[in-house]
Amino acid sequence: MNALFSQAPILAIVIPLMGAPISALFRGAVLPWAIATMLSAASFWFSIDLLVHVNTVGPISYELGGWEPPWGIEYVVDPLSAFVMMVISGISTGVLLYARESILKEVSTDRLGMFFAAYLLALAGMMGITITGDAFNIFVFLEITSLSSYVLISMGERTDRRALFAAFQYLVMGTIGATFILIGVGLLYAMTGTLNIADIASKFDAIAHTTPVRAAVGFLIVGVAIKLAMFPFHIWLPNGYTYAPSIITAFFAGTATKVSVYLMIRFIYTMFGEDFSFGEIPLTSMLMTLGVIAFLSMSVVAIFQDNLKRLLAYSSVAQLGYMTVGIALASEMGLIASITHVFNHAIVKTGLFLTVGAIFYMVGSTYIKDLAGIGQRMPITSFAFVLGGLGLIGVPLTPGFVSKWYLVQAALERGDMVGYGLTIAMLISSLFAVIYVWRVVEVMYFRPAPEGAECKEAPLSMMIPCWIFVIAIFYFGIETSVNIGFAEAAASFLMGGAK
Amino acid sequence: MMITPDIQVALSLLIPLIGAVGMALCYAAPNLRETVTLVTAGALFVNTVTLLQVVLAGGAPEYSLISNLPGLEIAFKIEPLGMIFAMVASTLWIVNSVYSIGYMRGNREPKQTRFYICFAIAISAAMGIAFAENLLTLFIFYEVLSLSTYPLVTHKGNDAALKGGRIYLGILLGTSIGFFLPAIIWTWALTGTTDFTQGGILLGHAGPVVTGILLFLFMYGIGKAALMPIHRWLPSAMVAPTPVSALLHAVAVVKAGVFSVLKVVIYIFGLDILSGNFATEMLTWIAAFTLIAASTVALTKDNLKARLAYSTISQLAYIVLAASLVTPMAMAGGAMQIVMHAFGKITLFFVAGAIYTATKKTEISDMRGLGRQMPFTFIAFLIGSLSIIGIPPLGGSWAKFYIMLGAVEADQLFVLAVLLISSLLNIAYLMPIVIRGFFYPPLGKSDPEVSVGHERSMITRANIKEAPLLCVAPPLFTAFGCIVLFFFIDPIYQLLLPILMP
Repeated sequence: MNALFSQAPILAIVIPLMGAPISALFRGAVLPWAIATMLSAASFWFSIDLLVHVNTVGPISYELGGWEPPWGIEYVVDPLSAFVMMVISGISTGVLLYARESILKEVSTDRLGMFFAAYLLALAGMMGITITGDAFNIFVFLEITSLSSYVLISMGERTDRRALFAAFQYLVMGTIGATFILIGVGLLYAMTGTLNIADIASKFDAIAHTTPVRAAVGFLIVGVAIKLAMFPFHIWLPNGYTYAPSIITAFFAGTATKVSVYLMIRFIYTMFGEDFSFGEIPLTSMLMTLGVIAFLSMSVVAIFQDNLKRLLAYSSVAQLGYMTVGIALASEMGLIASITHVFNHAIVKTGLFLTVGAIFYMVGSTYIKDLAGIGQRMPITSFAFVLGGLGLIGVPLTPGFVSKWYLVQAALERGDMVGYGLTIAMLISSLFAVIYVWRVVEVMYFRPAPEGAECKEAPLSMMIPCWIFVIAIFYFGIETSVNIGFAEAAASFLMGGAK
Repeated sequence: MMITPDIQVALSLLIPLIGAVGMALCYAAPNLRETVTLVTAGALFVNTVTLLQVVLAGGAPEYSLISNLPGLEIAFKIEPLGMIFAMVASTLWIVNSVYSIGYMRGNREPKQTRFYICFAIAISAAMGIAFAENLLTLFIFYEVLSLSTYPLVTHKGNDAALKGGRIYLGILLGTSIGFFLPAIIWTWALTGTTDFTQGGILLGHAGPVVTGILLFLFMYGIGKAALMPIHRWLPSAMVAPTPVSALLHAVAVVKAGVFSVLKVVIYIFGLDILSGNFATEMLTWIAAFTLIAASTVALTKDNLKARLAYSTISQLAYIVLAASLVTPMAMAGGAMQIVMHAFGKITLFFVAGAIYTATKKTEISDMRGLGRQMPFTFIAFLIGSLSIIGIPPLGGSWAKFYIMLGAVEADQLFVLAVLLISSLLNIAYLMPIVIRGFFYPPLGKSDPEVSVGHERSMITRANIKEAPLLCVAPPLFTAFGCIVLFFFIDPIYQLLLPILMP
């Protein structure tokens, strides 16, 4: 192991964190963007390095400042965190590649330095949440992420003033969620005297029956659920996604909620332990009920949206329902489904939001009625959207199909009526997905374009990243050794590592 | 690089795709583009014929593309049934390409490049279905086929096309995701494999109830087989240009459906587990009902393509019926019906398109006396109809014959009555078209009074106004095929023998 790599865990976080103030110093249209892209790519590179290392050699524990855990802050890179870090930094890099021209249209040039500073902070925060092995540190990074995302969402105000309200709504909800998490961590600290997750986990069983610990579990689960936009705490998400600048929507769609899914898995499986979570308290029935309601109701709601971004946002809430159900199934298969869907959905949804961004760039609207005839006006972009939509539906050869296969498999594995019912519910929800995707496709291809609309594609600098995502959708739908392989490794690590 | 049969299996899928790229590149030069289409179709045909030689010699070439999910791979392996389907599809693609050129140009259809590209992708998907080694592979290409034909169905781009396309895709995707996929996953959960295996894989893994449920999930999941009540997509898809209806809705799409039905019954369930099961008997009844009901509906349709669509639904039910009888003879009959109906029905669709190209007529009541104007077209129609009705010496009679044998073998004598009634109905809805064409005067005219002994043929050189040659030659060719197939049934039977007599 070379010297640089031994510092990889901290570098993956510190590079974007330190890059933020640097970016803020620069002015102009290109420099801040270039800095952000390069730093995000570096972070991505270290994440891949870590992922490969963890899966060949084993988990890494990195002591911050040389202080030994449980006193110092520990960074833990295990198969799960490395996988999620790879997803986050990868999506971020892909989005940044696309961002240069898109953001010029939506944010004024003199703010770009600050904009990309906030972007890098959000990235650093999410990476930090994922890597840290310290419960309080999670809260710190969560706040870094949240504060920067409020800023980023409100940046959409130049196109639509409602972005400010959306950011405020998210701020209220997000703060409540973060506070809940803080209370939970505080209670656990009071009971165990430690903030290190592994340390808490080792002491957890002995005190699991006490009221403060149970309260802590409640606070943590609800807090994460708010951050995850789990039904019924989802209302901030559609607004936030709709009014944020295009690239921010694409970035958050692939990362922000995925980090929360990660936290949910981390708390339930590593900190509380499977036996407690699913045996002592009825998490299965609670999460599963909410998850099923989420994917059924939100898919229906998505059908009736008139704004494409909002439609996709509701679809995201529905997809998060799938991930919740996967966690709630409390089986290795379910966990694989959940973790792989984190990856699969991230890549599909980000790709879709990028194509929507390209359409917005040219048309200036994301209302479905304004997309009439886009199929003729922007054929390449529209086709990318259709292919992404197929991924969302879960057609074979796309990653959505892979996730669905595993999730149905996990549901059938239960072998009881709940499992069969769940299977039926999931398939019905997929059919809703067909409807909401196809509704858009029909408008794009069959409504005549308004008079005098010009046929012009978005700039190449946006088209190429879009198509990178589209090709990736099909690549990972066919060659599944990355998404399934690492998800399996992570799931078996969690199940084997559970007490 | 040596081209081994295994590589050729992969080539069957690749050739149409490469052709599609070629067509896209030649979009500005229609003549060149059509040449690419024909060359591609020819190459695919040669490829399939050489594969046929290998299979006839007892070989089973296979090609594994990729391991998609653990224990599940996208893999291809040729067995007799798939070989037959591939032969039919690749042969008729050539004929159909010739016809498409005549039709699309004759009617000055827009967006022809997209049309040919989607066509090639659909054929590639059909090849994937034909050669699939396991259910997962079959399912993947089944979906590719649905999606790639959607732009063809909605080719006209008007409201009717949009509505038809919506029903088409809605039913096909809905049933496949709603029933087919869970059936596959369930099968996998029960047995740990989805490979098509001689004798079935479910025996010993599923009780009678589970078998029954699975059977229905499969039969209704494979919506392309158009078993009632999920047949609505087929008439809806008739908004497509006629070459699409001809190849895709008489050959590739619907045959992919019934082919999948046969594959699932023979290689997933196996005949042993199904015979005597209550669900199998119910399936027989449902198929019999579809058969009669669709024929009856066909009688009421005045639009020629709609009538042919319902006729297709009825003819497809023959195959499901054969599958549900679970006897070797019935299976042979079902497999033959795939071939015979393909040739017969494509002829009829070609004729419908030729009539439209020449006269823009779509309603049967308007076609009186048209046979005098288009005698060759109508003769082709006559031969195709007779083959579908099942009259010797035309290919269709063998299929009906073997299905009847199968019914006797299975001791289901009511099936014989059903087949009989159906044949009569076939006559009732197909023959009047020919009779009106030749023996009735055109609308608004009456035949001149002629005294006995001085009759003249109404078909004179001056009267003949056929559609363009490229629209007329293909139906004549396929009609001729119907006759030839009657005499060359033995090779097909020999090819099928290994799966009938394990």
